[in-house]
Amino acid sequence: MAPPDHRRPFKRPTISDQQRRRELSLLRQAQNRLDAQQRARCLASTVLSLEAPEPGPGPEPEPVLELELASESEYHVEEEEEGDSRSPSKEFDVRQASKLRGAEARKWFARQLMLPEWMIDVPDRLSQDWYVFARPSGKRCFVVSSNGITVSRLRNGSVLHRFPSALPGGARTRDVSGSAQSYSILDCIFHEIDQMYYVIDMVCWRGYSLYDCTAEFRFFWSNSKLNESGACDPPSQNHRYRFSLVPIYNCDENGLHAAYTGAVTYIKDGLLFYNKQAHYQTGNTPLALVWKDEKCSQYVIDTDSKGNVPRLQQVVLELQEDLKLITSDDPPVVFGCLDNDLVQKD
Amino acid sequence: MAMEVTQILLNAQSVDGAVRKHAEDNLKQFQEQNLPSFLLSLAGELANEEKPAESRKLAGLILKNALDAKEQHRKYEFVQRWLALDPSVKGQIKNCLIKTLSSPSHDARSTASQVIAKVAGIELPQKQWPELIGTLLSNIQQLPAHTKQATLETLGYICEEVSPEAVEQDNVNQILTAVVQGMNASEVNNDVRLAATRALYNALGFAQANFSNDMERDYIMRVVCEATLSPEVKIRQAAFECLVAISSTYYEKLAPYIHDIFNITAKAVKEDEEPVALQAIEFWSSICDEEIDILEEYGSDFTGDSEVPCYYFIKQALPVLVPLLLETLLKQEEDQDQDEGAWNIAMAGGTCLGLVARTVGDDIVPLVMPFIELNITKPDWRQREAATYAFGSILEGPSPEKLVPLVNVALNFMLSALMKDPSNHVKDTTAWTLGRMFEFLHGSMLETPIITPANCQQIVTVLLQSMKDVPNVAEKACGALYFLAQGYEDMGPSPSPLTPFFQDILQALYAVTRREDAGESRLRTAAYETLNEVVRCSTDDTSPMVMQLVPHIMMELHQTLEAHKLSTDEREKQNELQGLLCGCLQVIIQKLGSSEATKYVFLQYADQMMALFLRVFSCRSATAHEEAMLAIGALAYATGSGFEKYMSEFYRYLEMGLQNFEDYQVCAITVGVVGDLCRALEDKILPYCDAIMTQLLKDLSSNQLHRSVKPPIFSCFGDIALAIGENFEKYLVYAMPMLQSAAELSAHTSGADDDMTEYTNSLRNGILEAYSGIFQGFKGSPKTQLLMPYAPHILQFLDSLYMEKEMDDVVTKTAIGVLGDLADTLGSNAGPLIQQAISSKDFLNECLSSDDHMIKESAEWAKLAINRAISI
Repeated sequence: MAPPDHRRPFKRPTISDQQRRRELSLLRQAQNRLDAQQRARCLASTVLSLEAPEPGPGPEPEPVLELELASESEYHVEEEEEGDSRSPSKEFDVRQASKLRGAEARKWFARQLMLPEWMIDVPDRLSQDWYVFARPSGKRCFVVSSNGITVSRLRNGSVLHRFPSALPGGARTRDVSGSAQSYSILDCIFHEIDQMYYVIDMVCWRGYSLYDCTAEFRFFWSNSKLNESGACDPPSQNHRYRFSLVPIYNCDENGLHAAYTGAVTYIKDGLLFYNKQAHYQTGNTPLALVWKDEKCSQYVIDTDSKGNVPRLQQVVLELQEDLKLITSDDPPVVFGCLDNDLVQKD
Repeated sequence: MAMEVTQILLNAQSVDGAVRKHAEDNLKQFQEQNLPSFLLSLAGELANEEKPAESRKLAGLILKNALDAKEQHRKYEFVQRWLALDPSVKGQIKNCLIKTLSSPSHDARSTASQVIAKVAGIELPQKQWPELIGTLLSNIQQLPAHTKQATLETLGYICEEVSPEAVEQDNVNQILTAVVQGMNASEVNNDVRLAATRALYNALGFAQANFSNDMERDYIMRVVCEATLSPEVKIRQAAFECLVAISSTYYEKLAPYIHDIFNITAKAVKEDEEPVALQAIEFWSSICDEEIDILEEYGSDFTGDSEVPCYYFIKQALPVLVPLLLETLLKQEEDQDQDEGAWNIAMAGGTCLGLVARTVGDDIVPLVMPFIELNITKPDWRQREAATYAFGSILEGPSPEKLVPLVNVALNFMLSALMKDPSNHVKDTTAWTLGRMFEFLHGSMLETPIITPANCQQIVTVLLQSMKDVPNVAEKACGALYFLAQGYEDMGPSPSPLTPFFQDILQALYAVTRREDAGESRLRTAAYETLNEVVRCSTDDTSPMVMQLVPHIMMELHQTLEAHKLSTDEREKQNELQGLLCGCLQVIIQKLGSSEATKYVFLQYADQMMALFLRVFSCRSATAHEEAMLAIGALAYATGSGFEKYMSEFYRYLEMGLQNFEDYQVCAITVGVVGDLCRALEDKILPYCDAIMTQLLKDLSSNQLHRSVKPPIFSCFGDIALAIGENFEKYLVYAMPMLQSAAELSAHTSGADDDMTEYTNSLRNGILEAYSGIFQGFKGSPKTQLLMPYAPHILQFLDSLYMEKEMDDVVTKTAIGVLGDLADTLGSNAGPLIQQAISSKDFLNECLSSDDHMIKESAEWAKLAINRAISI
């Protein structure tokens, strides 16, 4: 005797694997189509091309000699500064870059962060054209999610973490169709104490590049996208570190006050100022500024691991070809000039 | 003008093939030469009491087949042909049919009933033959029993054939009155009562108004319930079938009767013959279906004002229903596990118990546990099997909090039973129960894992051992392993707990596929399906082992292609195996080809693999073709532009697939593969595009091709345009008008049913994806102005979609994306047009504030593109 048409004896197998294969294929094709479409849309703004070093073998141009001397800032001590970022360039693709491994990757990523200058005077139209927020203390890094894995890299390009995350393409999930082209790049600070990535800027999202977008748009975009992705959820199997947004204010009196004195969930390390119209520009830019004083940063002067202020402060100075020693302030402060004999001896 | 056809009809049933063939040709010729005369002759033959029973019956069947066909377009053709016949011919045929209902020959009456229903199926919706019901029912009470029986049977067939809207409420009332009277206990003739009960089954869908009237409903329900007590088993079975149909059609009207129905069904389950008892159990399964649906609709936010309220019949009946069902589990048949089609009280009872568990959740657990504890260690295999089956049945529905502690206790027992129980039945059900545990209580979603580093090894060892057991047990063990692997699938790139056993698992599964007896109990299929799932959940550390599997699977496939001179039966099995092997390779390609770490090593096999797939196409099997095609799509995606070298050889099979109207699944999949090829080859696909586009355009204009293939074909236009860019120019003149007319057809959905609405939306999505691909393909080309003339229509289409408000989220997302693509590609030229379109304002704004992030993302992109187009 047979069961009624619609009644499946449930000791029999459920859906056929063939049907499953069919569905998974359709899913993969749909995802690939979406990726192709998104790529086409992104190419519109030709934003995927970035400056990059000459590919192929051969050493990089030697970085300019670096010397460690005393100074007042953690900023230059925490991470090493790579050499000149305006090396001979060629069209380069972020997607390609995310595939780079080892030394190549380190070199490439070391150049990609937008670096603020010290705030030494008050820009015009500060209250209309600028944002301000309290910079979380920690390691500045680039977080790239693609191909089912998320990698964070420090300013010198070395890998900080390799982990699954809820960022687009950031973990291998059941969705086997996976979207190989869907990668995202975030500019973050890793805050050790609560093991949290604070997102201070968004560079690419789901393969959509934001390099040529204004800060205003990038901040708007990260605000709306990050939460939706689940990246701000508590850690789980497929999401090892939690991400968080930082509160961003307009640079009016209230905003400045809030950023400067307001309570935040992280340890503050100065204030960052972003010009609303500024695109994401790699390297130092006067359209992003940093301010530190004793009240809003513990790193206004260097401390050792116990929190004591050492007798000597360190600073990284750059030795110019004309043997001048300069800081990377803008304009650079010339500290002095080395004696040619000294350099020869070295 | 009727003709003598008796001899031809008798010859058409001759044992002599030549005579038969000749007669069939004669009939065909006659039909082609003079259809009215042909049909009239058949009707006359059927009605003529002096003719032999055989020729009458065949005459009726041919007549019936001239009115209806399975394929949609043939059916339509027949309907039109009948409607066009001369009214007097139709009148004569109908008279013959009605007259036959009073024939002493049962066969003749029954055949006439069916033909009348087919004619009614054509004419009633056209408001023709309005007197039919009245004619049938005039003085029905005075008719002799055999005519009464035939009349009731005819009414039942009519209700099955036509939709309720085609019958006037007056006629419905007349039908129901006659039917219910025929069912009544006072009807002494069992044939009449049975025909009436079966007719009611079909007429229930017409009784909406009558079921809303308390008195009428009470009366119908009373008669049905009484019929379940008839001394005649067939009447009891038919009456329970009515109850089952009522439970799903009139669930919300059942409350006053449910108590009585419970008593009736309980008695039938315990005492009645199997066909009746099965229907009685089915009643409760059907109530579960209803309540599961309703509760699902309530979802988490129960507002109390859902369309159909839940009466919680199952929850209320639980304390008596569960023991009743548990009893049935002890009535197993000896060989039910070997027989794939088996269906008996124990299986129906277990299936119902599983549905009850899904309906009530936690509440079922305390009612079932004592039964399990009492029986699980008894010497009689029936008791151990029933206890295990009961446990397996309740694993879906109750909460993990409730089940996990029980499973933690049971797991060891089950593993040991699977190894040691002397009964194959018990082992079969035990392995199935383990599979259910892993399916519902194992995976990254669950907080407390039932599988730990401590017991994982034992579980795997037992399952692999069990895969060497008799085929039906081994098949269930494969199933359990399938779900075990699936639970680890979304664990991320960290080493899987299965890693230490991965090699053993692959080897064991591969060994099962090669068992001599793997053809029994679906074992081979289960082993390959499990192998696929294990491959899907492999991680970087186990992918080298998957890689080692590749040459073995390829060798197997090679061997199936070398086998010659097979019997039909052997060839069928061979084709099935080819399908499984291609499916397995497809999964491996997708897995190893999607990771940079394995892709390049894996692609060394691409040449050999492709050669094998091409050979599969030379075998005639739709399933194997479909699987090979899917595998090739995955391979194209993995190889990228390197796939070009296979194109010249592969192309003819691609074209064959695109021409395969009959197996439309193959056609649909081939269309998808064209998309894969476009993305892999990009402009290198150009040399093949003329032929592909020609075929796709042909497919679109064919009315033989299943409609579900058409939306993917439109999407495929987009894929092609995106790949070849401005080279799509020459196809614009063909593709655009097709898109435009399809767009017009799909712009409105009013009055369509759910199926049609869903189809319309998939069609819209295909059309929009085509537009997207075309715009993006032309972007930056000097030829973009070629698209300008189409812009007004496309914007109008978007506007009409917006006004209609019947889009699903996917269409909304694609539609707003097209707006952006249009702006992006046409730029300031289209600025004024865009500004006039409602889509660029209200629709865009709505999408910008959508909760769906995909829609929002597309809308934000569209906004950027529009701003740029307008501002320049």
